[in-house]
Amino acid sequence: MRYIPITQADKAAMLRDIGVGSTEELFAANIPAEVRLNRPLDLPPALTEMEILSHLRELAAQNANTAEYACFLGGGAYDHYVPAAVDAVLRRGEFLTAYTPYQPEISQGVLQAIYEYQSLMCELTGMDLSNASMYDGASAMAEAAGMVVNQTGRSKLLVARSVHPHYRRVVETYMHGVGVELIDVPLDGVTLDLNRLEALMTDEIGGLLLQTPNFLGYLEQVRQIEAIVHRHNGLFVVAVDPISLGLLEAPGHYGADIVVAEGQGLGVPLSYGGPYLGILATRERFARKMPGRIAGATVDNRGQRGFVLTMQAREQHIRREKATSNICTNQALIALAATVYLALVGKEGLREVANLSLQKAHYAAQQIAALPGWRLAGEAPFFKEFTVLAPAPAAEVNRRLLGHRILGGVDAGAAYPEILDGAAGALTLAVTEKRTRAEIDRLVAALGEVK
Amino acid sequence: MALVPLLFEQSSPGKRAVTFPAPDVPTVEVSEAIPADLLRQSPAALPELSEVEVVRHFTQLSRLNHGVDVDFYPLGSCTMKYNPKVNEEAARIPGFALTHPMQPAETVQGNLRLLHTLERWLCEVTGMDRMTFQPAAGAQGELTGILLVRAYHESRGDTERNEVIVPDSAHGTNPATAAMAGYRVVPVKSLPDGSIDVEALRQTVGPKTAALMMTNPSTLGLFDPHVKEITEIVHAAGGLCYYDGANLNAIMGYARPGDMGFDVVHLNLHKTFSTPHGGGGPGSGPVGIKSFLAPFLPVPVVEQQGDQFVLDWDRPQSIGKLHAFWGNFGVVVRAFAYVLAHGPALKEVSEYAVLNANYVLAHLKKYYDVYVDRYCMHECVLAARTLKQETGVKTLDVAKRLLDEGVHPPTIYFPLIVEEALMIEPTETEDKATLDRFIDAMIRIHDEARSNPEHVKSAPHKTPVGRLDEALAARRPNLRYRANQG
Repeated sequence: MRYIPITQADKAAMLRDIGVGSTEELFAANIPAEVRLNRPLDLPPALTEMEILSHLRELAAQNANTAEYACFLGGGAYDHYVPAAVDAVLRRGEFLTAYTPYQPEISQGVLQAIYEYQSLMCELTGMDLSNASMYDGASAMAEAAGMVVNQTGRSKLLVARSVHPHYRRVVETYMHGVGVELIDVPLDGVTLDLNRLEALMTDEIGGLLLQTPNFLGYLEQVRQIEAIVHRHNGLFVVAVDPISLGLLEAPGHYGADIVVAEGQGLGVPLSYGGPYLGILATRERFARKMPGRIAGATVDNRGQRGFVLTMQAREQHIRREKATSNICTNQALIALAATVYLALVGKEGLREVANLSLQKAHYAAQQIAALPGWRLAGEAPFFKEFTVLAPAPAAEVNRRLLGHRILGGVDAGAAYPEILDGAAGALTLAVTEKRTRAEIDRLVAALGEVK
Repeated sequence: MALVPLLFEQSSPGKRAVTFPAPDVPTVEVSEAIPADLLRQSPAALPELSEVEVVRHFTQLSRLNHGVDVDFYPLGSCTMKYNPKVNEEAARIPGFALTHPMQPAETVQGNLRLLHTLERWLCEVTGMDRMTFQPAAGAQGELTGILLVRAYHESRGDTERNEVIVPDSAHGTNPATAAMAGYRVVPVKSLPDGSIDVEALRQTVGPKTAALMMTNPSTLGLFDPHVKEITEIVHAAGGLCYYDGANLNAIMGYARPGDMGFDVVHLNLHKTFSTPHGGGGPGSGPVGIKSFLAPFLPVPVVEQQGDQFVLDWDRPQSIGKLHAFWGNFGVVVRAFAYVLAHGPALKEVSEYAVLNANYVLAHLKKYYDVYVDRYCMHECVLAARTLKQETGVKTLDVAKRLLDEGVHPPTIYFPLIVEEALMIEPTETEDKATLDRFIDAMIRIHDEARSNPEHVKSAPHKTPVGRLDEALAARRPNLRYRANQG
C-alpha cells in the first residue's frame, strides 16, 4: 500500500512488542462478532497514481469548463481571475496539511494569516471584527440569522425575496429546528419593495436579511432600508459581493449590524460550488454572540507578539449545547486564499477588478437591451450582474449558447416568475473582468439569433 | 525562525503585484452607473505590496507552522494522516476546478457521475443506503443528520420527541448540534471504559427520545461492545440512532455503522479519506442514511436516469439545503481519488491505524496512566495524572515540551471524562521509526519531569514563540490590525 510505510518486518516486531500474534487479535478484542463484516468491501480494485489521474481526466472531460467556454453564469459564484501566486501559497504543506491551530507555538503561520484575514475583512466591509470564516455565503447568512435571534430575543425575521433563493433555503433549513418564523419581503420590480418592508417591519421582528447586489444583480436602496429596520430596533444583516466593495460603499458605513458574503470571488476557483468561503463580520458589541473561530494578538513569555485562537467561551468545545454555533472546522485554507488574493491585488487592484467588471457588464447589458425582443428586467443600478427578459425560455437560450461555446445565464424566471412581465424567459448574466469584448460580442450575436 | 511583520506593516503606497488589462469596451462613468450614495467614499485600506513580497510573506509565515508534511501529527480524533499529492492534482484538473455550480446538468456529467459513484462506494464502506455530500464539514453533517431525524419524526406526527441523548464522552459538536436543531440535550453517563452505560440508557430513553448520538469507537479509542443492544434500546423507544463518523478510520472493512443499527451517519472526508485539513478546513461531512430517510435528504439529490445523471430538486419532504450549492466538491474529488487508490484495501488503512496506536500504547503505558487497560483501536488515551501528582508537570507541560521535539502534541484534556488526558492518534501513514522517535520523546519528557521539572514547565524552548498569554488575548481582544494601533 502506497501510503502505509510499515514493512512486514516492522509489523512483526510491533506485534511482538504489543504481545499479540496478529492484528486480527486487536480487532477481535474490540469488535463483537455480531457486527463484524465478514466479507471484503465491494469496491473496484486499487489503481496506481497514473491510473487514478487518467481515470479522473476522463471523468473531467465529460464536463464543459470555463477554460473552454465563455462563462456568463453568476448567481453566487463568479469566474474572476485567480493570480498564480495564490495557489503557490496554498500548496505549501505547512498550511495545507495543518489542523486547526490548537498549539499556537507551532501554528503562528496559520494564526497570523487568520488575523490578517480578519483585518482585511474589516477593512473591506467597514465592520469592527470578523471571524476566521464560515462554510460559504449561505451558511454565513444562516448563522447571522441565528445571531439576530439570540441578540434581540425576537423569533421572527424578515428575509428579502431578492436574496439568493439557495441562501433563503439554507436559512429556512437552519431556522426550522429552533422555530424561527421567516417572513418574505417581496420585490417591487427587481429590488426590495420598500412599502412592504415598511408595513412588515415591526417591534416584534428581529431584523432583515438583505443582499446587495441582489440575486438579480441589482443594488438595493440600503440607506432607506437601514432606516426602516433600525427604527424598530431590528438588526440589519447585509450580504454583499466582496469584489463589489472595490467600488460600492462598505456596509459598515451605512449601518449594517452584520455583514455576510460569499468570498469565492477573492481568488478561489469555481470548483463546481465548493470549497468556498463564508465571510461574517459584525460590530464590537455583538462579539460574544459571534459564531466560529477568532484569532487575536497577544504576547508570549519572551515579550514577542504572537497570535492565538481567542474568545473560545462562545464555542462548542467549551460551551457544548450552550455554544453560539456547532461550527468547528471552517474554511481556513480558503480564507488564506482570500488573504493572499487581497494582498496581491491591493488597494488599487480591487478597484480595477470591480471597475472592469462593472464596465464590461454595462457594455453587455446595453448591447443585449438593443436586440429586438430583448430588454432589461429593470432600471435599477447594477454592478457586474443584470437580468434580461428573453423572447424564449431561459433553458432554450442556454442550450443554444452552448453551441457557441458559451455558458449562458442563470434562469431567473424560474425563481422569480413575477419579473417576467409577459416575457418567455429571464436570464441573469454575470460579466467579470475576464470576459473580453470579443466574448461579449459573441454572446450578443448568439442572443440576437434567438427570437 | 524569525517572526514576520503583518502585511499591513510591510505596505508602501504605490506598490503593485497583480495588474489588469485596460478596458476593451466603451466605458461609462461609474458615477453615472451607480448613485453617489451607494459609491464607496474612500477605498478599503488594503496593503500595497509587490508580488515577491507577498510570496515571501506567506512562505515565511508557513515556516512558522507545523503540518503533516513537516512531521508527525498524532492529534487524537483528528486523523492527521498523510494527504497524497495526487489528490491535489486531481482536484485541480480544469474539467473539475473550472466548472460553475449553476451549469446545466448535461454539461457536468463527469461531476455528477463522480458524486454518484462516491456515494455508492461510501455507502458500501458504511453500510448505508444513500448519502449527501452537501455538508461542508463534520459539524454541518451532524446538523444535517439531526434535522433528518427531526423531519422523520415530524412526518409521522410524532412531535413530542424533543430530546437528543449524548454520551458525556462525546465531542462538543454533538450537544451543540442537537441544540441548533432545537433539541434538549440529555447526557448519558459513560462507564469507566468509555462505553455507554446500557442500564442508564434504558432509564433515559422514552417517548421524548428523538435520537441518540454516538461515536464508535468512542473518544477513548475503544469499540463499544454493546453497540447492537444500544441501538436496539433506542429503536424500541421510537428514537433513531446517529453515528458520528469521527473515528471511522478504525473500522473500515471490519465493521459498518449500518450493520450496528445506525440510521444516520456522518463522515469526515478530511479525516478518514485523507483530504487535507488546510489549517482548519475546508472539510467535507457527507451524511449517509438508511433508505427510509431518503425522502428527507437535502436538495438536490444526484440521481441516475439511464446513462444520464440529473439533479433532483423535486423532493417535497426534503429538510432543505445546507450549502449554497452542492457542498465542497473539490474536497470530494480528493476523497474519490483516495478511494480509487485503495479499493477493498481500505481495510488495511484501518488495520495499520490500529496497529500503530497499539504499538504506541504498549510502549507508553509503563510511563503514563492508562485509563482503560485493554487493546485500543485507532487511538489511545493516556494521562499524566500520576506524573502531575509526583512532579507537578501537567499534561499541558508535556504537550508543550513535545513541541521542542518537532512533533505536534496529542489532543489534550479530551475526552473530558479523563483527567489530564493525552489522546494519541498516530494514523496508518507513519512508519515504525517515527513512532519510535515519538515514544522516545514521551519517555524523555517523563524522565525530565523528575530530573528538571522546571524545564518542562517552561517549555517550549525552541519554537518561534514561547507560551502565549491567552488570558490577555481574551481580556483585551485585539482581533484586527488598525493603522494607529501601538
